[in-house]
Amino acid sequence: MAPTNSPVARNVSLGERLLFEKSAPGKRGMELPPLDVPSVDVAHALGAENARDGVDGFPEVSEIEVIRHFTRLSTWNYAIDLGMYPLGSCTMKYNPRVNEFVARLEGLATEHPLQPAELSQGCLRILRTLELFLLEVTGMDAITLQPCAGAQGEYAGIAMIRAYLASRGNPRKKVLVPDSAHGTNPATAVTAGYEVRNIRSDSTGRIDIGHLAECVDEDVAALMVTNPNTLGIFERDIAEAAELLHARGALLYMDGANMNALAGVARPGDFGVDVMHMNLHKTFSTPHGGGGPGAGPVAVEKRLEPFLPTPVLVEKPDGRLGWDRNRPKSIGRLRAFYGNFGVLVRALAYALAYGPGMVEATRDAVLNANYIRKKLEGVYDLPYEQPCMHEVVFSDARQKKHGVNTMDIAKRLIDYGFHPYTTAFPLIVPGALMIEPTESESREELDRFVEAMRSIAAEAAENPELVKSAPHSARIGRLDEVGAARKPVLRWKPQ
Amino acid sequence: MRYLPKSDAERRAILDELGLASINELFASIPEACRLGRPLAVPGPLSEKEIIDYFRARAAENAAGYTSFLGAGVYNHFRSVVADALLQRGEFLTSYTPYQAEISQGTLQAIFEFQTLMCQLTGQEVANASMYDGSTAAAEAAMMTVRLTGRRRLVISRALNPEYRQVVDTYASDLGLEVVETGFDAKTGQTDLAAAQAATDDTTAAVIVQSPNFLGALEPVAQFAEAAHGRGALLVVAIAEAVSLGAVRAPAEADIVAMEAQSLGLAPSFGGPFAGVIATREKFVRQMPGRLAGQATDGEGRRGFVLTLATREQHIRREKATSNICTNQALCALAVTMHLALLGKEGLREMAAQNLAKARYAVAECEKLPGVRRAFSAPFFNEVTLEFPRAVRLINHELERERIIGPLPLGPFFPEQTKRGLLCLTEMHSRQDVERLVAATRRALESLGVGAREAVSSPAER
Repeated sequence: MAPTNSPVARNVSLGERLLFEKSAPGKRGMELPPLDVPSVDVAHALGAENARDGVDGFPEVSEIEVIRHFTRLSTWNYAIDLGMYPLGSCTMKYNPRVNEFVARLEGLATEHPLQPAELSQGCLRILRTLELFLLEVTGMDAITLQPCAGAQGEYAGIAMIRAYLASRGNPRKKVLVPDSAHGTNPATAVTAGYEVRNIRSDSTGRIDIGHLAECVDEDVAALMVTNPNTLGIFERDIAEAAELLHARGALLYMDGANMNALAGVARPGDFGVDVMHMNLHKTFSTPHGGGGPGAGPVAVEKRLEPFLPTPVLVEKPDGRLGWDRNRPKSIGRLRAFYGNFGVLVRALAYALAYGPGMVEATRDAVLNANYIRKKLEGVYDLPYEQPCMHEVVFSDARQKKHGVNTMDIAKRLIDYGFHPYTTAFPLIVPGALMIEPTESESREELDRFVEAMRSIAAEAAENPELVKSAPHSARIGRLDEVGAARKPVLRWKPQ
Repeated sequence: MRYLPKSDAERRAILDELGLASINELFASIPEACRLGRPLAVPGPLSEKEIIDYFRARAAENAAGYTSFLGAGVYNHFRSVVADALLQRGEFLTSYTPYQAEISQGTLQAIFEFQTLMCQLTGQEVANASMYDGSTAAAEAAMMTVRLTGRRRLVISRALNPEYRQVVDTYASDLGLEVVETGFDAKTGQTDLAAAQAATDDTTAAVIVQSPNFLGALEPVAQFAEAAHGRGALLVVAIAEAVSLGAVRAPAEADIVAMEAQSLGLAPSFGGPFAGVIATREKFVRQMPGRLAGQATDGEGRRGFVLTLATREQHIRREKATSNICTNQALCALAVTMHLALLGKEGLREMAAQNLAKARYAVAECEKLPGVRRAFSAPFFNEVTLEFPRAVRLINHELERERIIGPLPLGPFFPEQTKRGLLCLTEMHSRQDVERLVAATRRALESLGVGAREAVSSPAER
């Protein structure tokens, strides 16, 4: 038999039960030094009614068992360190290891947020340096690093718009959101007390500027727009949209989730944006970690500066840094302390590694997306013909004829050694395949991906059942999500 | 650039395939007027060595080498190197949110374990994974009670961490909620139960207390639950020091627990990233924000885990979602899971008991100082409010000369309490650390004009 060269092979994949199922009384994985002060009786110290004799059901396992447990679990995950993650809109780029190292340094990881500012100048300088870097990249005037993620950044931004408009007499009622927007946008507008009105996209995938003009009235507080949008298309009329809004006293909010397509090339502050957030766990490479932590700094135009969340980092005349808490117009505090500092350290390490060269990452990200677009055009349906930037959106229209949909193709990618792309989003493309390679992929990896996608397209035509029943190489088959939601089991319980 | 895996020749070849003369043509869709047209004016580029040197230099400008007695929502507990080594496996660190269950079972099973651990700790039936931190968990819990009750008034203890309170205020003000503050008892340091009861009416969605509270006092959770439930309101209990739950009875009577899990395995890291948790009753789960992993089976009957009840979330429900939260603190929750697996039942019990003992030893030693005494009588865990004969700010200034960061001055939070400070002890403090603190405080008081004579008279003042 001729040797085959399959892209993936089954590997040893050890089973592993839950921690609680491995537990046995009397084992432990950590020991503390002996107590060097008089011991106290818990019930006596707290009062019997307040005391507790250990936590029922807590695991009891040894150190080596903990190591094997989590190491085995880790082998069941896909990760950037293993291969390409073409998740559109998620920007799964390389997470440099030096960033992990510096975030753990003694003197950074060890610092308490309430220690005196005079003893925190190093932490504050890191924050200030990152602020200035982000202001230059965005072209905005002022910034807060406090939001913990993009969605909290959006909330801060809309709350600032609300406070600004209220200070001028009327906070207004509505926020406009394009139909191609991320789900966080409408959810945020509601959290900040606004009604949502959808704006249509036109036949080119951009905001229908005519529809926008009809919708902007005295009740509209802001338009939330992602640029480039979720189709990977630059909103060409963005400056015109800004003028339209400003003429009616409304503001322009930009979701900076796709800032990795613009960094070093174009700045939102230069095309009329009033408020924007960035996702440092996307553009600035901080690890996704299976769903966070992230960071969602918000940058604003000058007139919104008084409304920034409190406290605000300020540089004193003598060059020392400190917190300004006397901010009477501030929207208030978004979280305790100053934000996800450890994430901000990693983002600055990434930013400093590139410096002005960040534009090279932007260029490679756009180059990679266009390469994939070119190589798969004609194999998959391209609903919008406009040139793309950092991501490209296909549809499953051709494969649907064989009964194969975008989710099936995505699951089949797993058998080829890739994480699926983003499926069924943006909502304006039925059966969307949203692909974002980022700048972190070599040509070899891109070609491997293209080959996989072409092969799956062929399979969809010739052997659709193979695709529809994928994945075949994962350690577990498709799970019954409907059943899981109908009768939720959300914790382990002893038998 | 070392992070970019392409040679110039490869870039050129791709451009040729695309039929483009230059890379700038890729950006032709951006109008000329919108483009920057110059290099970014930013520092860098830096090599790996320069990056390390830069951050080492910043670290040296902080408080390395100081002994700190700060808590107030951020606690320094022992963390095994084992957990961090596991956490840095790329399969955990560099993976995405586990929407694709077949290749995310590691993260999903760990989340399920995290949820179980949080339920066991808090005495609640379900827990999410995760919120940004304890303060946003408290705010989200408050908004959850508004959805559950249809009421729009919040009664909040003044002894809730003031920064948590500020966060709740931010979210409440955008939703137009009424926030009523209820005071604490000047003697016990506990939230005034009678006042809280009086403030709770038929329009109240929730009573919110913290235990141990910001002043260190344990709250009688069951009594607050009774008071809230008597008016059809819900009780939210915030927990900032989760290690306390190794010694303190779980707040099982609470309807929602909003917890900060930082002290269970996360570094202080100048205030973040941490991991917030919301734990609640099963019947409230559909109004709970944040991600949840649930058990499921595949076609062959094998057990696996999936993200579930997503119809609560923004990516499905958009403007009708329970919260706008998307990215959360998953890796921090995983670190907590690893830490608790190592610590285990006995380790957590021992750690909590050591904290109790160290705090009591420190209080006894501090009370030997002239004019220093416990400010409140309620039982405390590892944090306690001490009263000093001089402003804490002034005493701390002296302590800093001896490389000690003293108790947190309460003046900035409670203007009437400038002579009070919040002292925190954990298993990380040695007996010598306490002795140094006491000796240095004695010298500080002397230099501020408090001598032994005052000590003789001080017991009479009590």
